[in-house]
Amino acid sequence: MSLLYKNVKQLVFDIDIFIDTVEQGVLVFKEGVINYLNDEKTSFADKIVQIDKLEASADKLQRKIDDEFYRHSILPQNASDIEGMLDKIDEIIDISKDNLYQFDDELPYVPKELRHDYIRLVDTSVEAALNVFPAARAFFREPLKVKEMLAKVYFYEKEADKISRNIKRRLFHDMKDLQLSQKIHLRYFALHIETLSDKAERLADNLSILALKMSL
Amino acid sequence: MMILFFLSSGLFLGWSLGANDAANIFGTAVGTRMIRFKTAAIVASIFVILGAVIQGSGASETLGNLGSVSTLAAAFTVALSAALTVYWMTRLKLPVSTSQAIVGAIIGWNLYTNNPTDLGVLSKIITTWISGPIMGGLFAVPLFILVRYLTKKTKTHLLFLDVYTKYGLLLVGAFGAYSLGANNIANVMGVFTTSVHLPVLNLGFVQFSGTQQLFFIGGLAIAVGIITYSRHVMQTVGNTLMPLTSEAAFVVVLSQSLVLFVFSSQGLSNVFQSIGLPAIPLVPVSSSQVVIGAIIGIGMYKGGKQIRFNILGGISLGWIATPLLAGIVAFFMLFFVNNVFKQDVGGDRQLIQITEDIGTENNQTPKADYISKDTLQLNTEITNKKPLVPAAKADEKNQGILYFIIVIIVLFVIIGILGYRMRLQKKRVRLIEARYNAKTESDQLKIERLQQSLNDKLNVQEELGKELKFRQGEMMTMAMSIIRKNEFLDELKSEVVKIKSKVSTPETRQALNKLSLMITQDLSIDRDREKFQMNIHAQHSNFIHKLTEAFPSMTDNEKRLASMLRLNLSSKEIASILNISPKSVEMNRYRLRKKLKVDPKTSLNDFVRDF
Repeated sequence: MSLLYKNVKQLVFDIDIFIDTVEQGVLVFKEGVINYLNDEKTSFADKIVQIDKLEASADKLQRKIDDEFYRHSILPQNASDIEGMLDKIDEIIDISKDNLYQFDDELPYVPKELRHDYIRLVDTSVEAALNVFPAARAFFREPLKVKEMLAKVYFYEKEADKISRNIKRRLFHDMKDLQLSQKIHLRYFALHIETLSDKAERLADNLSILALKMSL
Repeated sequence: MMILFFLSSGLFLGWSLGANDAANIFGTAVGTRMIRFKTAAIVASIFVILGAVIQGSGASETLGNLGSVSTLAAAFTVALSAALTVYWMTRLKLPVSTSQAIVGAIIGWNLYTNNPTDLGVLSKIITTWISGPIMGGLFAVPLFILVRYLTKKTKTHLLFLDVYTKYGLLLVGAFGAYSLGANNIANVMGVFTTSVHLPVLNLGFVQFSGTQQLFFIGGLAIAVGIITYSRHVMQTVGNTLMPLTSEAAFVVVLSQSLVLFVFSSQGLSNVFQSIGLPAIPLVPVSSSQVVIGAIIGIGMYKGGKQIRFNILGGISLGWIATPLLAGIVAFFMLFFVNNVFKQDVGGDRQLIQITEDIGTENNQTPKADYISKDTLQLNTEITNKKPLVPAAKADEKNQGILYFIIVIIVLFVIIGILGYRMRLQKKRVRLIEARYNAKTESDQLKIERLQQSLNDKLNVQEELGKELKFRQGEMMTMAMSIIRKNEFLDELKSEVVKIKSKVSTPETRQALNKLSLMITQDLSIDRDREKFQMNIHAQHSNFIHKLTEAFPSMTDNEKRLASMLRLNLSSKEIASILNISPKSVEMNRYRLRKKLKVDPKTSLNDFVRDF
């Protein structure tokens, strides 16, 4: 039994590290996009390397956590729900990495007049993700507080939607000089960045249901 | 060996108790994989035996007060009756408890042997049965509130909470197993305590009385039941009443353990008495019913939405039906054992048997030899040979038994009526279901048949459509070939006329005239045309029939023209087929139009096609 206690202690530690890793990944994504928009190539390349490492580390941790849950039959009734939730957290760093790589691979041309909008979009989208992590941590200790912690996530997600729509509108209504291909390209990048907040919203939904389930 | 044979019914009862009731203690923990079955089985087995040996005597004494089953054969029969009742009722999926079955069987023995049933003890037992589930609920609610409060207050991490719950479940499981052994061993071995006397076992540091050794054997039987069969029960019926969270399972097991402990602890009862409170009745209670009480308590605290209250009705029915059935089974089995196997079943029956034997066989010695065969019965024999009670006291006793029998018969009748009504109700529901199913099935069949017939019709229609199209195509081809042929013959004829005008030789002119005549004849008597017209008539027979009915004055030529118009042939084409001029066709069309009274705004072709 003391062995079980020791294992659970390690597992709690691993979960915390996992969430920290994903959180760092999101921050690196934000900085990476800003670097790209400001044409800071070296910093951008650094961010790519960083996010790659963080994502790999998060994956490794997630696999370890999964194994531990099953090996020691921890929270057998809720293990699959919790693993689902950890999956959704992992999706956030996955999508951050993919998006940053898309900037690196496709090198979208962002006109100067749109850069500010893109920075705002990435800021808001990342903010939505950053606000969901404290709720994920609280879920393990105070499930009842989770719901009230998620209000900000929904707010930032809606804001990100608005900014993204505004970018698309400006692209197709005002930017006459851009080619259609460029417009479509940029539209997709707005969508990619916005996906981060969508993932955060999905995690928030999952968390609020889980918290309710645990409190019953 | 003989003792072991007679103990077998009790051991079977113990086995079934272990197999079924261990699920109440570790069911949720094992079912939800919080604790491995192996760990649960080992802990439960050890603590059940400990509880039985250390604290089992209290409840057993109460059963002894209800009816001291004095011979080994009677004890065997009583335990077997209880075991059979439990087995039979479990098979019928009726709520059953070993405690209630054994009490019923003891009363059955009392009735058969004319042993007085102490109504005071009986009422004490029944009160305990009713209060068991209630107490389960009363313990569970505050415990649940406390556990929840502590969980929230301490803000323990979910994973640590899981570890604590596992520890807790194992601890309360051990306590539950101990209480189960202490309280329920009376069901298994209680009836044998009077008839089986084992010598004291001295191990040097500890002594075990005969009863404790008996309880140890019973405890072993329960442990075997836990190890061999409870896994199956835990996995199948562990969560049937209401899905439990691990913390609720902890509270339920703790409440059950406390209730069972309270009703088996002599020490606690003494403490109660020392502070001026009434003594706690030490009675075997049904652990399953206490668990149900605890779960319902928690469910009611949570709002009571998930509880199936009809289960309470089942429990109440079990309180009456189980002892009644066990009593009846015991009565008849004792009769059988006593009269067929000539086994002493104790009480007045022994005396009656001896008296009867003396009476019937006059000068012979009484047939007490079968009694003396069982050396263990010697003590019993002595204790049973009490001085006969005075007549008044015996009347009073008989009156009490009579009342009891009347009450039982009344209850039996009530249960019978209730059972009959339930059966009727079930039958009615089944009938309605059967009717509904039959109707649904027949409707389904009808729908399928209609669908099939519709499909067949559609297929036929499709086939006909195809054939029609093919025939129409054939007709058109035929019409075209006739038209082309006639055009060619016309050209040929005009060429012959032209050549004839240029030729001066009379023989040649004559030959050309002959040729021209042949062409004209072929044009007027054309077999292909005849065939075409016959085909048209055959193919449009329905149409022609309808047309004749609607317009009886129509001629054959007009009908033929209408049929050709239906083929959407132009006037020129018709003219060629009929070998008449297009102008004639136009004229015929005009006449036809007038005869058919076609609206000037409507095309004749459309009218004929839609007719």
